[in-house]
Amino acid sequence: MAEYISGADAIVKCLLKEGVDTIFGYSGVAIDPFWNSVGKTKIRQILVRTEQNAGHAASGYARASRKVGVCAVTSGPGATNLLTGIATAFADSIPLVCITGQVESDCLGQDVFQEADIVGAAESFVKYSYLVKNARDIPRVVKEAFYIASTGRRGPVLIDLPYDIQNSKMPDFDYSDEIPKMRTYKPTVKGNLVQIKKVAEELNKAKRPLICCGGGIHLSGAREILREFVDRNSIPVVSTMMGLGVLPSSHPLYFGMVGNNGFRTANFAMRESDLLIMVGARVADRAVSSPDLVLEGKVLVHMDVDPAEIGKNVGPTIPLVGDAKTIFEDFLDLKLSCRTEGWISRLTEQKAANVKAYKTSDEYVNQALFVKKLSESMEEDAIYVADVGQNQLFSCRNVVIKAGRFFTSGGMGTMGYSIPAAIGARAADEALKERRAREEPEEMTEKAVIEQNEVKPGDKMRQIVAVCGDGAFQMSMCELAVVSQYKLPIKIAVMKNHFLGLVREHQHFAYHDQYNMVDLGDFPDLKLIAKAYGIDYVRLSKDSEMEERIGDFLADERPMLMEVNVDPMDLTTL
Amino acid sequence: MKKIYSVLVENRSGVLSKVAGLFSRRSFNIDSLTVGETEDKAVSRMTIVSSGDERTLEQIEKQLNKKLDVIKIKTFSETDSVSRELMLIKVKYNKSNRREIMETCEAMKADIVDMSKNLMMIQICDTPERTALMIKLLSGISVVEIARTGTLSLTKCEAE
Repeated sequence: MAEYISGADAIVKCLLKEGVDTIFGYSGVAIDPFWNSVGKTKIRQILVRTEQNAGHAASGYARASRKVGVCAVTSGPGATNLLTGIATAFADSIPLVCITGQVESDCLGQDVFQEADIVGAAESFVKYSYLVKNARDIPRVVKEAFYIASTGRRGPVLIDLPYDIQNSKMPDFDYSDEIPKMRTYKPTVKGNLVQIKKVAEELNKAKRPLICCGGGIHLSGAREILREFVDRNSIPVVSTMMGLGVLPSSHPLYFGMVGNNGFRTANFAMRESDLLIMVGARVADRAVSSPDLVLEGKVLVHMDVDPAEIGKNVGPTIPLVGDAKTIFEDFLDLKLSCRTEGWISRLTEQKAANVKAYKTSDEYVNQALFVKKLSESMEEDAIYVADVGQNQLFSCRNVVIKAGRFFTSGGMGTMGYSIPAAIGARAADEALKERRAREEPEEMTEKAVIEQNEVKPGDKMRQIVAVCGDGAFQMSMCELAVVSQYKLPIKIAVMKNHFLGLVREHQHFAYHDQYNMVDLGDFPDLKLIAKAYGIDYVRLSKDSEMEERIGDFLADERPMLMEVNVDPMDLTTL
Repeated sequence: MKKIYSVLVENRSGVLSKVAGLFSRRSFNIDSLTVGETEDKAVSRMTIVSSGDERTLEQIEKQLNKKLDVIKIKTFSETDSVSRELMLIKVKYNKSNRREIMETCEAMKADIVDMSKNLMMIQICDTPERTALMIKLLSGISVVEIARTGTLSLTKCEAE
């Protein structure tokens, strides 16, 4: 007779088979059978302090590891609190599997205690969702969920698990190793070779080619291969905010971030190019202020894994659907002869001419200079997590990326993202280290090899720094408890300007300094907050102290909170 | 511009709301929408008529294709297809206009399917244009209620 296991045990068995090592979440009765089953395994449970941050932490985990991030919360308010986390991941195409407890199947639709129609509520920002009605569906649902989340255009998948399904018995099963067969889902990975050749011809003809990279490069793990391609063919590169880090900031072919918050040289390159290749970028409103203008007098190639993005905002001359990494692998096979010396020297001259001087003062810290100095002082492969607001704009414009990464909530602009995302990224590195310690190198799976290429091997984990303003900080400062409790040595810099700075800046221009709903006062006392959570604290009060304080801040492997005293009247537009 | 989307979807609960939700979220128009099972019980066909500029109509198709419950989409214009709409109209009649209503029905190949002392129910099954014309022809009399199915459509046999 077949052995029977519970639905909760079944789902955890599937998660283990998918290589899940960490789950971020919150408890509640409706998800308790699940956590009970998780507790019987070696999966690390990280209890965040509000459900939204379970989504952000899973997002940080996914971005740092290139695996699927997993979070689990209870029904009703737990699930609705998670919604912003899901929507944030959806806007940036981050692969997540989000598990929500649900009231008993028989009670569905009766508005019982802690019931919310989360599948309905999340519909417009999940890639797909499941309400499990029979425990026997669990192996298929989990298999599909991980496949959907991690392929094509990545994104969050929701699994809603009624309480009785978690407790019901089902026959034990073998988890399938095969790609699930779904007639409605066949993502295009390989680019059409005819189109690729067309692009190659244009590259040979072009006098002023330019590649504009979006977040898709990081999502597909195409960074190394893109670099090889542009180095070999001398093609200049710019990036969107989500694409930051595709090339090191100092790379001679890299000309900065585009868009209304971007670099003059990068926007000049976008305008002047005669062949513009957009890769893994949506051509969204913040990156290109009026999409149609870009097109005049140039050939536009739009590569994206999501066919619906191509032509959504601009009509391309050559559309190319596929995964960025696979497409650039095909490009590397083709012999190209790009003549770009003149074009590159023009851009290089511009770049040199646009280097700005930083003004320093005895009263405050110059935010732009701070971001530059901080990121320069960070380790080679460090991860910089920017929050949302003025700090995000100062960050993306001044950050110096070496071989590391830059994370931020780009599409959704969700305040409070940086601390939980940094927590998730650190948890990812710790899990990877743990796994490496267990695995003999020769036994490494193909998946692990890919991860190894992305995450530098070695016992030392990456340095992770979150930068936020005092507004965003207060949206997720409860997570300092997680930092301390789980001993996650992340660094947190709070740009304290006593305002919701970016909106204040908007009201400065739009309403001539009539400020409403933007004054945060002098609260909280960050030194006391740090002390309350058992975290070391350092204050940077003026520019002359910068190097020393940044040195203290980054010195050793323990969590640290740095208060940065910045001018409340700072403008990002300067 | 009008376009007809014949969409084969998984016959599962919630699919209609997902498709309808997509239209509302992205501000696409729905001129009409009909759903029914197909010869395969696991598959339903939705016939959606929408209007908009070329880019919008293309986006509708692409966004529908992204929905994981959508199996296949065919799009066609009204000229490539045979389209029908079923309409039931309840009207008030009296001695003076009874004859005229019946003549109109005859001319339009509509049937009177139910009747009482002062009400009659007319059924018409025809192209969307002719059902619209029927409403116009009856505009002079007192219409009590109208129910319409929306457009059903299949591509012409020769197009296969």
